[in-house]
Amino acid sequence: MSVLLLAELSQGHLATDAVSKALSAALPLGDVHILIASDDGQDAAAEAASLQGVSKVILAQHDSLAHGLAEPIAALIFSLAGSYQHIIAPSTAFSKNILPRVAALLDVMVLSDIIAVHDVDTFDRPIFAGNAIQTVISSDLVKVLTVRTTAFKAVEKGGKASIEMIVGVPDPELSSWLEDIEVVSERPDLISAKIVVSGGRGMGSKENFDAIIQLADKMGAAVGASRAAVDLGYAPNDWQVGQTGKVVAPDLYLAVGISGAIQHLAGMKDSKIIVAINKDEDAPIFKVADYALVGDLFSVVPELTEKMGTEFSI
Amino acid sequence: MKILVPVKRVVDYNIKVLVKSDGTGVETAGLKMSMNPFDEIAVEEAIRLREKGVATEVIAVSIGVQQAQDTLRTAMAMGADRSILVLSDESPEPLAVAKVLKALVEREKPDLVFLGKQAIDDDMNATGQMLAGLLGWGQGTFASKVEIADGRAEVSREIDGGTETVSLALPAIITADLRLNEPRYASLPNIMKAKKKPLETIQAADLGVDMTRRLTTVSVAEPATRKAGITVGSVAELVGKLRNEAKVI
Repeated sequence: MSVLLLAELSQGHLATDAVSKALSAALPLGDVHILIASDDGQDAAAEAASLQGVSKVILAQHDSLAHGLAEPIAALIFSLAGSYQHIIAPSTAFSKNILPRVAALLDVMVLSDIIAVHDVDTFDRPIFAGNAIQTVISSDLVKVLTVRTTAFKAVEKGGKASIEMIVGVPDPELSSWLEDIEVVSERPDLISAKIVVSGGRGMGSKENFDAIIQLADKMGAAVGASRAAVDLGYAPNDWQVGQTGKVVAPDLYLAVGISGAIQHLAGMKDSKIIVAINKDEDAPIFKVADYALVGDLFSVVPELTEKMGTEFSI
Repeated sequence: MKILVPVKRVVDYNIKVLVKSDGTGVETAGLKMSMNPFDEIAVEEAIRLREKGVATEVIAVSIGVQQAQDTLRTAMAMGADRSILVLSDESPEPLAVAKVLKALVEREKPDLVFLGKQAIDDDMNATGQMLAGLLGWGQGTFASKVEIADGRAEVSREIDGGTETVSLALPAIITADLRLNEPRYASLPNIMKAKKKPLETIQAADLGVDMTRRLTTVSVAEPATRKAGITVGSVAELVGKLRNEAKVI
């Protein structure tokens, strides 16, 4: 049996990092077919076909698929589902919106955010904000899964899969897209960045938060934030790291002025090296930190930025 | 317009749960339980829509054990008009919950079902989408702003690169993200009043819903623990350690 992998697109291109990590979770399960659903998916289909291990790329092009709306894409996947034992996608806002709807149409459960594949029906997933890891067996005929990409390695390029076009896409016409307000960023993508520098409530103001951004830019890092920093308006929503924001696992995570609430730890405690800088030596963040520096952020951060500048180049 | 708001009783968000030593689950006995934080936001938004005159009635629903009535009383103290408790086992799966909710939607005929985007215990983020799929309704998930006009809901959604706005034909499903609103606290007089509001109890079996679990938990384990870290005395020492010891810069 085969696996259908729903690909995510970003500005007409394949979200390659996320898709290739989900692909490495999918490959042990069977032949993988990647589905590109878009109004203009030619480039993304070609990119998907070049990933190693992909058996086939299915390209569905229709105006109704233009903005990743759940209703038409779920209907499309449902129409293809008969040939697949697994339907899988990287766990992002895009697929979390769509796959549970697909699962309900198929009368099966969904397994969200899997972090390990034991066999075709046994998977690990975190529960209670990552404070426990659950191993579950699915008795459903079709397994619908979203993959926590930070738990898997990206596959290499070098594949030569064929591309098959499908026509006659269903459109339930339940919803329509009005607008996108994108946060434009030249910085590395938060989820796939090797280094993440995050600021919290301790930064004190939006102006002070700029020190975090400067440090991140010097290090070639992505910028993250705690929920408190986002709620206080220091940083945009999509920088939030945590149970309800993004889950990251970079080589280096620098937490500055972040106390380390359970919900924040859920989004970063699988980072390889964690550095915590905080003036409160009892802050819970220090319990997960490999390197702890107790001190005043307003002198430590500029000093760190300066040292990164002189001794480190991107 | 009628709004249905499903709410879940979960271990309070401030509590760090511990895995049972026999690996069968997490220890929840004796822990403080509260309404799932995302559901509070959903209740708040529904009440605001009633206060604006958009909605006429807000019905809170919970599915689970008898004690979930406390969660429903909280929803009514916040302002929900009445509630329904569907008795089932401890923690039914999202698919079963979505089927129970579908049965209630067919009975109550709401124009809108407002859920939280995920429960903080199973972290599934699925029930709203599943219910939308079962009903064949449109869905506005991870909502940070909602406006209702002319038989449609305009929903701004938190997506990975920013915000997206979609328009949904009513009836529809909306799931609340953290940024939608700041839920109110129930005042003491309202807590007292909530005790007199109607709370209907029904058995899941009476709705004809098959609650059989599709996922079997083999084991529940502690996540890998991190080895103890060290405290450095200066920025120079930190940079030295990151470069020479951890080799991450």
